[in-house]
Amino acid sequence: MTLRALFQPHRIVMMVLFAIFVIWCAMSLRWDWIPQYAPLALEGLWRTIWILIVTCILGFLLAIPLGLAQAIGPWYLAAPARVFCTVIRGTPLLLQIWLLYYGLGSLFPQIPWIRGSDLWPYLRQAWPYAVLALTLSYAGYEGEVMRGAFSSVNKGQLEAANSFGMPRFTMFRRIWLPQAIRNVLPTLGGETILQLKATPLVATITVVEIYAVSSRVRSDMLIVYEPLLLLALFYLIIAGVITLLFRKFENRVPTR
Amino acid sequence: METLLDTLGLAQSMELLSLSPPGWGGNLLRGLVNSLQIAFGAFGLGLVIGLFGAYGKLYGGVVIRDLLGIYTTVIRAVPELVLILILYYVGTDLINQASEAMGYGRVEISGVVAGIWVLGVVQGAYSTEVLRGAIQAVPKGQIEAARAYGMPAFLVMRRVTIPAMMSFAVPGLANLWLIATKDTALLAIVGFSELTLETKQAAASTRAYFTFFLAAGALYLVVTLLSGVVFGRIEKWARRGQPSLRAGQSR
Repeated sequence: MTLRALFQPHRIVMMVLFAIFVIWCAMSLRWDWIPQYAPLALEGLWRTIWILIVTCILGFLLAIPLGLAQAIGPWYLAAPARVFCTVIRGTPLLLQIWLLYYGLGSLFPQIPWIRGSDLWPYLRQAWPYAVLALTLSYAGYEGEVMRGAFSSVNKGQLEAANSFGMPRFTMFRRIWLPQAIRNVLPTLGGETILQLKATPLVATITVVEIYAVSSRVRSDMLIVYEPLLLLALFYLIIAGVITLLFRKFENRVPTR
Repeated sequence: METLLDTLGLAQSMELLSLSPPGWGGNLLRGLVNSLQIAFGAFGLGLVIGLFGAYGKLYGGVVIRDLLGIYTTVIRAVPELVLILILYYVGTDLINQASEAMGYGRVEISGVVAGIWVLGVVQGAYSTEVLRGAIQAVPKGQIEAARAYGMPAFLVMRRVTIPAMMSFAVPGLANLWLIATKDTALLAIVGFSELTLETKQAAASTRAYFTFFLAAGALYLVVTLLSGVVFGRIEKWARRGQPSLRAGQSR
């Protein structure tokens, strides 16, 4: 958008109205709790971003075999992959999170060797279940995306690589995967924003991320709108950053 | 049958899931009905908002177009959970202020209505985009021809645009319906007794977490798969008269 387009008369009026709304918010709502909760909020923000990045990367790594199995795999690999994607996409994420946290969380203490293992201190916390649930969810959605991506890559290129005698794994790494990812970059950007919007659900299993901090402010200070508005602003900013990042990736790809 | 269940160790689970008390199956089904009610209402409200939104975005003035742009961008960037809370409080506040201004007391708002309102506004933003894309995909000449015959705008919409865009809109709308059914689970967090919350309560009081969460997951999955079949039929109906894509012909 050029500067000229931004300063059309009606947009100036809307910007002024918005500025008035912001000033009214700043003046008439309560903001005196911010200094007190700022450190906690920063910690929560960091945790949100950390969970988002880790689950997206792990989920994507899991999505590649899932997509590949569905695109070219034999039936005994394709069928389980398809069932996994259907189940993940067909049930609410909140239910999956609660199933893992409450279900596994009530099952693990009954098994002695898990209680005795070195992992037990981690398994007693909530975040491993949150990361696991979000990773599986991202993998399920992206597995479906990657299936389409893998089958959309031009066959001729793979045949060319084959005829040069390129080993199959090198062909996958150098030709098939990069082109598949390139084709679905815009979709992946959208899915990553969906993943960002899924992160507040982990607050329900006591992971203290930015949404949990805002609920705490709401119940401590007995106010409703202020933390929610600020929270929405935070999410808008993160979503904007994700959009910009993916646009940068997309621009690095030479267009035909 | 019963011996089979016994050998698999599922007899206890079946008892917990049986429809009459002490089983919790009835509660789960009641939750499912609530969920579906809210999903239907929200999807319908979203369609109405989406239709007006799409027309506003395509044919509206500059101000309307900008406002709708802000609406769709903000709704699609902020988590549904946060939106549900904001819209819930704004909605109840507005209704209460209105009723107090008219001299009535505070109003208790039913969970179903509030759920439909908040999810409907969220769905509206998505269906605005879906329907806008579908309307744009309708060949311009068809709408121009209708206008050239002097058809009023509403009649053009009813007789030409909507039937012609259906085949483009149905896949996107099917997706939205699935999102609507799954988003009803979020209302559990604000305390509506829909399927997920009923499940959690049943699971917490019997400590049989896997049984109930897996059962609820199966119910959601059945809804999803059935919806897939129904929307497949609808898409087939919407595409009637069009050459099939399988045959490799262009539309």
